[in-house]
Amino acid sequence: MSDMHPDQTIALQASGIASGQPVARRVPLIPGTHDDGTLVEDPSLRAPLVLGERSFDEVTNIVCGYAEAPIPKIWLTAFTITSTIAALGTGMILYLIITGVGVWGLNNQVDWAWDITNFVFWIGIGHAGTLISAILCLLKQNWRTAVNRAAEAMTIFAVICAGIFPGIHVGRVWMAWFLAPVPNSNGIWPNFRSPLLWDVFAVSTYATVSLLFWYMGMIPDVATLRDRASLRLHKGVSRVFKLPMPLGDGLALHFMPKPDQIRVLIYGIMALGWRFSSRHWHRYEKAYLMLAGISTPLVLSVHSIVSFDFATSVIPGWHTTIFPPYFVAGAVFGGFAMVLWLLIPLRMFLPNFSDILTLRHLENMAKIILLTGTMVGFAYSMEFFIAWYGANEFEFAAFANNRVNPAKAPYWWAYWTMITCNVVFPQVFWFRRMRQNPLVIWIVASAVTVGMWFERFVIIVTSIHRAFLPGEWHMFFPTWVDILTFVGSCGIFLTLFLLFLKFLPVFALAELKLVMPQSHTDDHH
Amino acid sequence: MTTTKKGEIEMDIKDMINDAKSLGADYFPMFLRKPAPKFVTESGNAVFGIIAEFDETPKVFKAAKQVRDAGYSKWDVHTPFPIHDMESAMGIKTTKLPLMAAGAALTGVTIAISLQWGIDWLYPVVVQGKPAGAWQAFMPVIFELGVLITAFMCIFGMLALNGLPRFHHPLFSHERFTRVSNDRFFIAIEANDPNFDPIKTKKLLEDAGGTDIALVEDVS
Repeated sequence: MSDMHPDQTIALQASGIASGQPVARRVPLIPGTHDDGTLVEDPSLRAPLVLGERSFDEVTNIVCGYAEAPIPKIWLTAFTITSTIAALGTGMILYLIITGVGVWGLNNQVDWAWDITNFVFWIGIGHAGTLISAILCLLKQNWRTAVNRAAEAMTIFAVICAGIFPGIHVGRVWMAWFLAPVPNSNGIWPNFRSPLLWDVFAVSTYATVSLLFWYMGMIPDVATLRDRASLRLHKGVSRVFKLPMPLGDGLALHFMPKPDQIRVLIYGIMALGWRFSSRHWHRYEKAYLMLAGISTPLVLSVHSIVSFDFATSVIPGWHTTIFPPYFVAGAVFGGFAMVLWLLIPLRMFLPNFSDILTLRHLENMAKIILLTGTMVGFAYSMEFFIAWYGANEFEFAAFANNRVNPAKAPYWWAYWTMITCNVVFPQVFWFRRMRQNPLVIWIVASAVTVGMWFERFVIIVTSIHRAFLPGEWHMFFPTWVDILTFVGSCGIFLTLFLLFLKFLPVFALAELKLVMPQSHTDDHH
Repeated sequence: MTTTKKGEIEMDIKDMINDAKSLGADYFPMFLRKPAPKFVTESGNAVFGIIAEFDETPKVFKAAKQVRDAGYSKWDVHTPFPIHDMESAMGIKTTKLPLMAAGAALTGVTIAISLQWGIDWLYPVVVQGKPAGAWQAFMPVIFELGVLITAFMCIFGMLALNGLPRFHHPLFSHERFTRVSNDRFFIAIEANDPNFDPIKTKKLLEDAGGTDIALVEDVS
């Protein structure tokens, strides 16, 4: 390739025609250790955010290279599995709509169970993205640039999964438009003093603002993909369209437009003609900062309002003032666990990404898990203490007899699973070695994800399965539709995330370049 | 008219468009009549401007200051990422976007207040012992709608002030410009700047350290 124009070499590399990884790793890991050089404990040194002394060009190639390379087999396998599960979930939703909510295990006593558990679980996971992009932006935490794009994407997909459940649990889905204040011939309006209506506004605002925030951050990076595709088309090094096949090479379809032609069209439209003008960047940065400013109270408000659904009722176990901060801490906790759960395998499968997503990033997130996990643990104990100290026997019974005591509470196993996963597991992060080991972090993240689902199950089901009159007491048993709908929502989430990984810039390129040393305007850096 | 004989006046669609254009040009000249280009290339195309390439951040930052001090107003620096303090190096005035966002926030709050009070008045519901006129419960929706409209203004206002979406731009015809999204920095000075002079401007950019200086045509 030595006789080629440098642009053409780059175009070849970028299009995935050149063999091997998009860019080989220049500086290997420190031999004999797992340390990548970012875990310095000396506060006078700043850990590098991009390793291997990468140039701007190499970072662009790493991030765009995967989006532009032919579809890998492992991606195709994962996508086949997750999309099958997603289709199963969609089938369950259709079955529910056709048949009615009776296909779930709900009964007169337990009228909110897995549906609302899943809703709160997913919306809680959806809090990490906006927290990383908004709050960490205001706090000038530069390490967020490596994770914010993926976390924001995860947020959008989690909110999509969350939105499904309240939509379908109303029973007659075709009447769901009654949630919105729309003028209608009955003259009936929603009750603006109900927390369920606040929820409609909070969740829809959160979904819209997160989507816009994500998209706005992506405009310059999508413009990069557009420019690279157009460069390859001009140089004549574009691949032909290949239909991915389970075995062997893909099937070349010459009558189809080339992938780069499709890219120029789709990324071109998405990039809105962004031309990297400094006058535009100036307004863009202002807009980004303001969005971060308004998203910070927004992200705190959403889960607070979700907690009002419970806290403003008179059910023992729900009617507590600790709920808003407790829910927000739990949401951040569960959200960060999910970010880690998704990104650690990514680091393994795409080795070049570990130059951008360093061990320091994982350690920082592990520390946030430890902090929020401890806050959640404090909330659990406070809740229990106040139930005793408040001397309300129903409130105390909701905790002691319905949750904690294995001799009396049928759901004791759910409560203790929650405590083990959410309070005990994160404690390993007090040890440096543990929070610097990706495998340990991944195991804890899995446990926290399970624990956070159980937390919502405990709050919702154990509080209402035994009301004031013992004659009304009833257990909840999920049906196969309950289970498969939840599994299906995980499939929808993972399918959307896989599509994001393959077709969009996984890292915020422009922001990454901004935190690299070459971006400084003075010569002596 | 469905039937037309030969000899009758046939309206051509092109004529109709031209008639409409000339009529419109009398009333809306700013939309339809472009001023004659100041500079034209040998092929007869208007000149958009001169573009220079830089390969390092400090170089383009220094060059931007030089172009600013030379008194240019219609010019721009294109960089792969927002360079810190570039607005002062270019002499850009602070954007009005925060003011617009504040207006949007007030609009959102006003919409939410009138929506909730209006519905409370149209359809008074007394549930959970909350009397009609209890405004405290209206705060969440007021907050959420305020945030929503502000977010719309931040993003769509930013795009509108930037003149985006604009899918065609003369700079895109300059092939080296595709690398602005990767690792190159560009300064483009437009031909309709009052100080623009093909030779002097080129000299300025050369002295500032620009490479691959080229004339960009405005082909549209």
